[in-house]
Amino acid sequence: MSCNKLFSGFFGVRQLYRTSLGVLVIAPAYLSAACAPVSAVDFSREIRPILSDRCFKCHGPDDAAREGELRLDVRETAVQSAIIPGDAEASEFFRRIITSDPEDQMPPVESQRPRLDAKQIALVRAWIEEGAQFDRHWSLRLPGHGEPPQVEGADVRNPIDRFLLARLREEGYAPSPAADPRTLIRRLSFDLVGLPPTPDQVEQFVADPSAGAYSNLADRFLGSPHYGERMAMYWLDVVRYADSNGLHGDQFRPHSSYRDWVIKAFNDNLPYDQFVLEQLAGDLLPDSGFEQQIASGFNRLNMTTQEGGAQPKEYRAIYQADRVRNSSAIFLGLTMGCAQCHDHKFDPLTMRDFYSWGAFFSDIEEVAVGAQQSTMMRQVRHHPEQSWMDNRIAELQQVLATQTPELAAAQLAWEKNPEKTLDDWTLLKPVSQASQAGFRLVAEDDNSIHLAEGESPKRDQYTIQFKSDLSSITALYLEVLPDALSPGGGPGRSSNGNFVLNEFEVVVDGQPTQLQGATATFSQTHYSVEAAIDGDIGSGWAILPRVNQAHHAVFELASLPDRPGPRVIQVVMKQTYGDAHVAGRFRLWATDSPRPLDANKTVLVQSVARTLSKSAAERTSAQNAELSAYFRTVAPALASTHKELSALLERQKKIGGPQRAILVSRRLETPREVRILPRGNWLDETGEVVQPAIPAIFGALDVEGRRATRLDLARWLADAENPLTARVHVNRLWKIVFGRALVHPPDDFGAQGNVPLHPELLDWLATQFVQSGWDTKKLLKLLVTSAAYQRSSLGAAIVRQRDPENDFYARQNRFRLDAEMVRDNALAISGLLNPNLGGISVKPYQPAGYWAHLNFPVRTYEHDTDGNQYRRGLYTYWCRTFLHPSLAAFDAPSREECTVERPRSNTPLAALALLNDPTYVEAARALAGRMMAGVEHTPTGRIELAYRLALQRAPRLEEIELLLELFDRQLHDYSLRTKDAEKAQAVGLSPSRGESSPEKAAWVAVARTILNLHETITRN
Amino acid sequence: MDTKRMDPGRIEISRRLTRRAWLGRAANGIGGMALGTLLDQSNILARVAPERGRICPLDFAPRAKRVIFLCQAGGMSHLETFDEKPKLREMDGQGMPESFTAGQPIAQLQGVAQLKCMGPRHAFRDCGASGQRISTLFPYLANVADQLCIVNSSRTEQINHDPAHTFMNTGTQISGRPSMGSWLTYGLGSESQDLPGFVVMTSVGGGQNQPIATRQWHSGFLPGRHQGVEFRSAGDPVLYLNDPPGVARHGQRQVIDTVSALNRLHDSTVDDPEIATRIAQYELAFKMQTSVPQLMDLSGETRATLDMYGTEGADGSYAANCLLARRLAERGVRFIQLYHRGWDHHGQIEIGSTLTAKHVDQGTAALITDLHQRGMLDETLVIFTGEFGRTPMAQGDGRDHHIRGFSMFLCGGGVKPGIRYGATDELGYNAIENIFHVHDLHATMLHLLGIDHEKMTFRYQGRDFRLTDVHGNVVHDIIA
Repeated sequence: MSCNKLFSGFFGVRQLYRTSLGVLVIAPAYLSAACAPVSAVDFSREIRPILSDRCFKCHGPDDAAREGELRLDVRETAVQSAIIPGDAEASEFFRRIITSDPEDQMPPVESQRPRLDAKQIALVRAWIEEGAQFDRHWSLRLPGHGEPPQVEGADVRNPIDRFLLARLREEGYAPSPAADPRTLIRRLSFDLVGLPPTPDQVEQFVADPSAGAYSNLADRFLGSPHYGERMAMYWLDVVRYADSNGLHGDQFRPHSSYRDWVIKAFNDNLPYDQFVLEQLAGDLLPDSGFEQQIASGFNRLNMTTQEGGAQPKEYRAIYQADRVRNSSAIFLGLTMGCAQCHDHKFDPLTMRDFYSWGAFFSDIEEVAVGAQQSTMMRQVRHHPEQSWMDNRIAELQQVLATQTPELAAAQLAWEKNPEKTLDDWTLLKPVSQASQAGFRLVAEDDNSIHLAEGESPKRDQYTIQFKSDLSSITALYLEVLPDALSPGGGPGRSSNGNFVLNEFEVVVDGQPTQLQGATATFSQTHYSVEAAIDGDIGSGWAILPRVNQAHHAVFELASLPDRPGPRVIQVVMKQTYGDAHVAGRFRLWATDSPRPLDANKTVLVQSVARTLSKSAAERTSAQNAELSAYFRTVAPALASTHKELSALLERQKKIGGPQRAILVSRRLETPREVRILPRGNWLDETGEVVQPAIPAIFGALDVEGRRATRLDLARWLADAENPLTARVHVNRLWKIVFGRALVHPPDDFGAQGNVPLHPELLDWLATQFVQSGWDTKKLLKLLVTSAAYQRSSLGAAIVRQRDPENDFYARQNRFRLDAEMVRDNALAISGLLNPNLGGISVKPYQPAGYWAHLNFPVRTYEHDTDGNQYRRGLYTYWCRTFLHPSLAAFDAPSREECTVERPRSNTPLAALALLNDPTYVEAARALAGRMMAGVEHTPTGRIELAYRLALQRAPRLEEIELLLELFDRQLHDYSLRTKDAEKAQAVGLSPSRGESSPEKAAWVAVARTILNLHETITRN
Repeated sequence: MDTKRMDPGRIEISRRLTRRAWLGRAANGIGGMALGTLLDQSNILARVAPERGRICPLDFAPRAKRVIFLCQAGGMSHLETFDEKPKLREMDGQGMPESFTAGQPIAQLQGVAQLKCMGPRHAFRDCGASGQRISTLFPYLANVADQLCIVNSSRTEQINHDPAHTFMNTGTQISGRPSMGSWLTYGLGSESQDLPGFVVMTSVGGGQNQPIATRQWHSGFLPGRHQGVEFRSAGDPVLYLNDPPGVARHGQRQVIDTVSALNRLHDSTVDDPEIATRIAQYELAFKMQTSVPQLMDLSGETRATLDMYGTEGADGSYAANCLLARRLAERGVRFIQLYHRGWDHHGQIEIGSTLTAKHVDQGTAALITDLHQRGMLDETLVIFTGEFGRTPMAQGDGRDHHIRGFSMFLCGGGVKPGIRYGATDELGYNAIENIFHVHDLHATMLHLLGIDHEKMTFRYQGRDFRLTDVHGNVVHDIIA
């Protein structure tokens, strides 16, 4: 059957096939096999791009835009009148292309599209003469199963090289020689783990001449936990991961558990098909566990709004379009977004396809306008230790929940004298109370603090001081009280009685004290009490709708330093929500009873005390059960079990806490109705209602009459028979390690995208990838062990001139490190890097006032003051509207849309960031400290150490000379300005080694110079 | 110093220096370059020439060289400023005829049972020889009325702040497209040696401060150097502009010189064109460290000038930003954008609009007068507009967002002075005469700068994008 026949088969003959995952797809016949080219001119590579660019806008798939009823993207219609196969001269189509008559010429003058050049005209003529065969756009056909060409030679390390060398020899280019080992290990380390190799790693590799050394090195990097972080940088761009919702007030929303899942998925080498399934439909999988639920957070990464006055209906349409645009780009590399208002101009995608795709996502529960609802979920485990801990914790909890005869007997004895085991709370009497907004706080007789009657502060910060006789305080108890004099009846002073406690902070004896847990008897949805101790001033604890009644929260303190005697306790309550959402009446209690302490336990203790006051006969069975359960928390026989459990919980918290909030996919029982929106207009309800479906060009999902789901979509995408999914992913992996994709740019696999320069190679890789079980690590290993990967990035001048874009990979590419890696590299070189994996987003130094334009609420950025200051760049709090300026200066995207390829700009703003951002100045200070602490005490020895750390090589004499000259001048200068020398060594939180000196300040200048080198931030 | 003598590296270097001198080839270091040459900036400075634009030659003779875009963010009410509606005054408190509002998008007034008319809260009067009707909110602008081309028939498509700003700046509400300032620097290049081509400044006062996102001045898919740079009134005027603590100007110079010298040395072995760019960008960064503080320092302005704007210095006020805008214009910056975040008057519009107008009136009028006096108004297009207008219907004692008709003015840069263009209906709801869509504003603006808005395209994801997408008409009626 000719390709032509197959093509027209799209409209006629169809066949059924069952794919590897068991999804039944009714597919057009041609999809099951690729057409072998039957003519000398390759339609897909040589003709279709011309037609697409010059003709399809008016003669393509879009019915509405079609001119002269001529459709040229389908052979059936093209040969009806315009093209006469075999006779170019007689074809009206051809005449219009070559005519000099401005009235007749195509493309027409007013289209402003260039006319075909001589070479293109010759191609079109040959194509018509050869019969005007059409075949499918290359990317919509299944990858071919071609074998690598028979090429031999020293330059062949694996089959990739055979494809590339065959082409290089055709073009007459000689490949560059292999890179030296220092360059190679540096390249491989950046590509696979995103960090520079350590000097030890470098020397070890350089000294190992064995044949397997390089392969082992690649395995070591692929096995590093930092591999997952490096790959996550790529994937988080693609899926548009961020920590804020992106629109209007750009409020925080919790998603960091999803990032952890991505890191772990890459580290565990989760097969890519499963990776796709879990993200799109993790919640719908039959064996869905918490990790799959977290993965399904993928569907919630779109931008959302909380803007007052935004219309829910409009935003539903916006979210839907966002998901269509992005999911089609993420998995298929298609620009389906173009079909929102009209049929696609270039690709066979219709408006119906667009909205039918959108309907897959209409089952996702979400808030159209307003804060999104998050779910508390367990955390993804990065450490093997953690799974063990989870199991042990479950075991111990089971022991503690089981009543035994021995325990029952012990309980009877206990009941006679239980006082010591009931938590004892002491009411605190305020010594002073202050309102930052200048309002009056009154201490009442019942020791409550009362905001004086009258006007209320919009926002306020209360500072209350108490003295307590307790020497060891384990927890504080905040009791908010209703208040008839409040406008809304209290406890809050807002008109509805609510308050928002954004941050609750405790200072004991002048020392800020860490709060390790917060629990409340009640929390408003989205305003959980944990938000009052999360360090984020934008979130807080509130109690709507249960206003006008008392509530309490218990805040557990970390251990205080041992000290006898009374304590001075200062409590700070930050309330920044606005509109008088401040507490109107409240009081505080303290206890020295042993942890754990929580709000529910305080309620329980009260209830237990009541039960104990009754005789055994008066107690209900529920009361008895409660009593036994309580006894087990204090039973001496279980003390060691409790101790082990709390130690484990403590440890678990240190590693990442037991639970974290995240937005996940939750399925609606009744999906939202989806209509085609004429011209994309959400107000227009005349469009037809559509059901979930894949684009018609790909056939149809056979779901036996039931409604197709996200899981069906995911299975179709993750199927071996999908022509795009594997190619798109493989192409991006190629880009990671070669710097430039095979299909470039990598974000359009449609008709307007560039055809791959090495189509057989791409297809071969995609096929290998699928056959390997979608094994990402295996594919990367294949790529980096090719000779092509290991080549020097220096090329002969003639080759560089003839192939400036390096289309033929005669050399490796050189490019600036990605934004996060610029940061990670400096931290690693200086020794400041904190290599911890996963967790919530972190806040590096940021210029004051950078968030001043944010509102609802107004936010103040507070950078981390602990080890989180030195975490890798990918953990940076990703604020979409105000991305960290140092990351933005190096082209990190705002992640509003799927980003497959970042630009690599070279701007003065990037220079300023690297020169003056305190992160880099501090890194230079730490690097200077490292240089001075090295075994070599001569200046050249120090410079050499810095070069080995930063550039993995020894400095050349000329380089030493320049740096020594700088050192001498700076030393002289700082000797005269010792105050400045001190200041230069005081940047950043990390402690300095020893006292400041002009010499150290001069070394800081040298270190800054090294961190700013082009070579330092270039992967070559 | 002891270490100096003991250091083998130094000994080797001094040995080589001696040998060089002995050979008499002082200028012959590695790759034919001496270290002295490596440290010499002059051969690099020549490469830091201002960038030329992509549209060369221009499609038309340009009427303007640059744009100053004064965004009245939050949505300035046209009914209290430039669009006088006596009929609306008559119908104050009466029901809004449903014929106007049925089926139209509404923001915060969604679901309100009965929409009521609200008469203009400020009086209008004749201004200047042209007799332009401008409200009493703007006593200073009244004095330059004869310079203004007031457009009463503006329209946009987005009814909430964030997407409406995005639409005004990029011609679409979808994120990721370049803003107009980026398009202009892409098309026209930069005339400034030591400042970015696209500068943004913001101020607040008079009303609710709506957030403004950096995407409003982002370069989208255009090269990153076309991105707008925000100049700030507090802290570093440009992010990371100030030298680190304890680093003196000459110390920073030495560091940058050494970085560039080492980069040049590296270039001699790898021959990477990106290195020359890096060196040039470090040089520009260093220049900005001087030029930006100089720009922000208003101490050289005369008392008369400061009084005319009503500012004492670069204090972050709108008035100060207007004066800075003139200074940026003088230095060849292509697109200067000011945001005043104070016009979102959902309530208390009478007092609110008075307060906000006080913040912007004098500075705007002074900027126009100042440019005029310096002979720069003819080549500078000034645009004054919100991201949308406000409803004729009351929202309590304020007004809601409104997109079907609102007002702006253009001035200078080849625009007809002292005229009024287009009109809304008698209640100020729908633009009905000479509708002036945001796309038309873009098309006309580009035309005045010498660019055919249909020709300036950039290919991204297989499609040729333009600022006006597939829309926009040049409105020749307002071009002088």
